[in-house]
Amino acid sequence: MAGATRPERPLSPHVSIWRWHVTMATSILHRVTGVALYGGMILFCFWLMAVAAGPEAYEPFGAFLAGPIGQIGLYLIVAAFAYHLANGVRHLVFDTGNGLKPADAETTAWFAILFAVAAPIGLWALVTFGG
Amino acid sequence: MSKGKSTPLGRVRNHGAAAEGTGHFVGQRVSAIALLILATWFVLSAALTMDGPTYLAAIDFLVSPVNAVGVILLVMVALYHMRIGMGEVINDYIARPFTKVVLLLLNALVPLVIAAGALFAVLLVNFGA
Repeated sequence: MAGATRPERPLSPHVSIWRWHVTMATSILHRVTGVALYGGMILFCFWLMAVAAGPEAYEPFGAFLAGPIGQIGLYLIVAAFAYHLANGVRHLVFDTGNGLKPADAETTAWFAILFAVAAPIGLWALVTFGG
Repeated sequence: MSKGKSTPLGRVRNHGAAAEGTGHFVGQRVSAIALLILATWFVLSAALTMDGPTYLAAIDFLVSPVNAVGVILLVMVALYHMRIGMGEVINDYIARPFTKVVLLLLNALVPLVIAAGALFAVLLVNFGA
């Protein structure tokens, strides 16, 4: 066998030849939003501590939250939460053995993404125009 | 199965893994269901009752007993849930053993410290001078 070229072995399907599908995106997004909410929860706890520390200590925190970066940040946290919530429910349903057919999983995947887009817009509209 | 004749190593091996493999799986789902209610409640009630992120609005929100208890539950359950989730992410993506152990340690400690601070803060707002 010396000198013989090694035959090309078939490789298992890899990143470059995988067809993109939406259930892949929902799985990745679940982790991304989970990590983002980890940061959001730490900020929420700091917010509680700032409130307890009194008005002077709270002032810069409140100003930041009311400013453009803070408002966009809050909007994104609500979006991440809405996504993680919708997709989390999806996973709870998967755990019961239901909704795992590719067509069903893709439909609910799009529903979770749609919810993540619609929920923060709805909440923002409710807060802004609801009275 | 008798354990009388096995060596200490054999006895340890017979136990397999730490025998708590499903603990995190179940805990993550139970806390998910609790957060479904708690976090949705907080986002909606904070967004709809607080008039902007001002100091007075925050105090007003936190001095209501229902809100205080709700926030305490939210913090405890959320920190439990996110600690399991982040642990999974670290175990999946961090290959270097040293980095992995450091991150897992931080993941074990940071939520605990943060939770203690947050719970004390809610109590201070309600019962402090």
